[in-house]
Amino acid sequence: MELFTNQVLAGIATGAIYACMALAVVMIYQAIDHLNFAQGEMAMFSTFIAWQLMQWGVPYWVAFVLVLILSFAGGVIIERALFKPLAKAPVLTHVAGFIALFAIVNSVAGLTWDFTIKQFPTPFGSAPFLGSQLISTHQAGMIGVTLVLLLLLFVFFRYTRVGLAMRAAAVMPESARLVGINTSWMIALGWGMAAAIGSIAGMLIAPVVFLEPNMMGGVLIYGFAAAVVGGLSSPLGAVIGGFLVGVFENLVGTYIPGVGNELKLPIALALIITVLVVKPHGLFGRTIVKRV
Amino acid sequence: MTAMLHVKDLRAYYGQVQALHGLEFDLKEGSLTTLLGANGAGKTTTLRAICNMVRSTGSIEFEGKKLDNKSTESIVRLGIAHVPQGRGTFTTMTVEENLQLGAISRKDTKAIDGDIERMYDHFPVLKQRHTQQAGTLSGGEQQMLAVARALMLRPRLMLLDEPSFGLAPLVVRDLFKILGKINREDKVSILVVEQNAQLALELADKAYVIETGRIVMSGTAEEIANNEDVRKSYLGY
Repeated sequence: MELFTNQVLAGIATGAIYACMALAVVMIYQAIDHLNFAQGEMAMFSTFIAWQLMQWGVPYWVAFVLVLILSFAGGVIIERALFKPLAKAPVLTHVAGFIALFAIVNSVAGLTWDFTIKQFPTPFGSAPFLGSQLISTHQAGMIGVTLVLLLLLFVFFRYTRVGLAMRAAAVMPESARLVGINTSWMIALGWGMAAAIGSIAGMLIAPVVFLEPNMMGGVLIYGFAAAVVGGLSSPLGAVIGGFLVGVFENLVGTYIPGVGNELKLPIALALIITVLVVKPHGLFGRTIVKRV
Repeated sequence: MTAMLHVKDLRAYYGQVQALHGLEFDLKEGSLTTLLGANGAGKTTTLRAICNMVRSTGSIEFEGKKLDNKSTESIVRLGIAHVPQGRGTFTTMTVEENLQLGAISRKDTKAIDGDIERMYDHFPVLKQRHTQQAGTLSGGEQQMLAVARALMLRPRLMLLDEPSFGLAPLVVRDLFKILGKINREDKVSILVVEQNAQLALELADKAYVIETGRIVMSGTAEEIANNEDVRKSYLGY
């Protein structure tokens, strides 16, 4: 029983990271209807910047906030420079663009900081959380940060004018232009937010997986799985999807003989395919009510 | 008196196909002008060209400012609200969010809530349904919402594309009554494109007839309504 509880809680903690990645993926998917394959690399790069700042003696939380701002700006710049010119291009052109971005970011990180693994600090410590052996303070911190992030996003999209404009631009771009919304900048804003959210995921997972240029590969695939489970159109769905995938991954790895650590990744892929076949709009996908 | 909207030598293209062939017309401030014409004459294209939603050449001036090469959203911000065919409703959002979106480019955010109340006075049915998803409204209600959303911009000019399309005759009468009221009381100039020529001519003060991308006739609504050819072609008597 303790093993079970332990695995579920640990699953929720890593699920929090998948949730952040899924949020970032959904943010861009909503804006341009494409999955950003380079989301993980962008997050990794942000994490390296955080590491570098801390090497230079910047305190953790100052570096954290600086990286959020820098990542946001970076996301906007990538959109303006690379994806805005591709706006009307076919899907394959976008895929090529994402792969190019993936390769460039990965290589530049490797060139700048080399491929040896680095320790990344945690602001939460790694003591047992509230004296319990089941979950560490860092894991609790990951869950807490994700929930706060979800709450902030909810308030932003529900109660602010910019949030409303972003939603309108995502669902009906032409109508959005007709009420005076600059949809092109809304897309850039989506990229900026996605990059900032991704950087949070990177900085939270780095103490667990260690910092190196390939650290986000597996995480992003779980993030995709979470986004698909959640339906790709809803931030809440992405977060719940993240937690579900995290728990599912741990339970399958623990209880199904032969899966272990090595076969965990294919589990995520199997999950993506199952959801797409059984429930293509995911658990929380937008169902459009329409009078015929 | 100079025109509020001045269109000169307007040509529009869909790919290789030319849809407008040197269209020219004026719209006076405060007027309710209608463009009449059969299917495919270029009425919708004219409205889309004004908002730069189709490739076009020629000159369009609004209150002395050239609109060519301006983006759709910046043209809207000058005070031109466009109610497109199909109404442009944000179907997955609530009625109230749709009205908020109509005012999204306005700077005077404090006045927006008051304007929403005014829209509920114009269209009481929208108040009853203000938390409902806009896609679940009936056709007539959606058209009211589309007009209300356009008015939330506090436009100087409103472009309406076939507001009567798909609506029951009684609903159309109501809607046109409200449009007339908005034109008189709120001083919004209106350019309405219609296939329902009879109704449009009752409401409008000025009319143009388009055929295959050209203006073939213009005059006061009364003159056009009494014209022999127009009666035969568009009014059916």
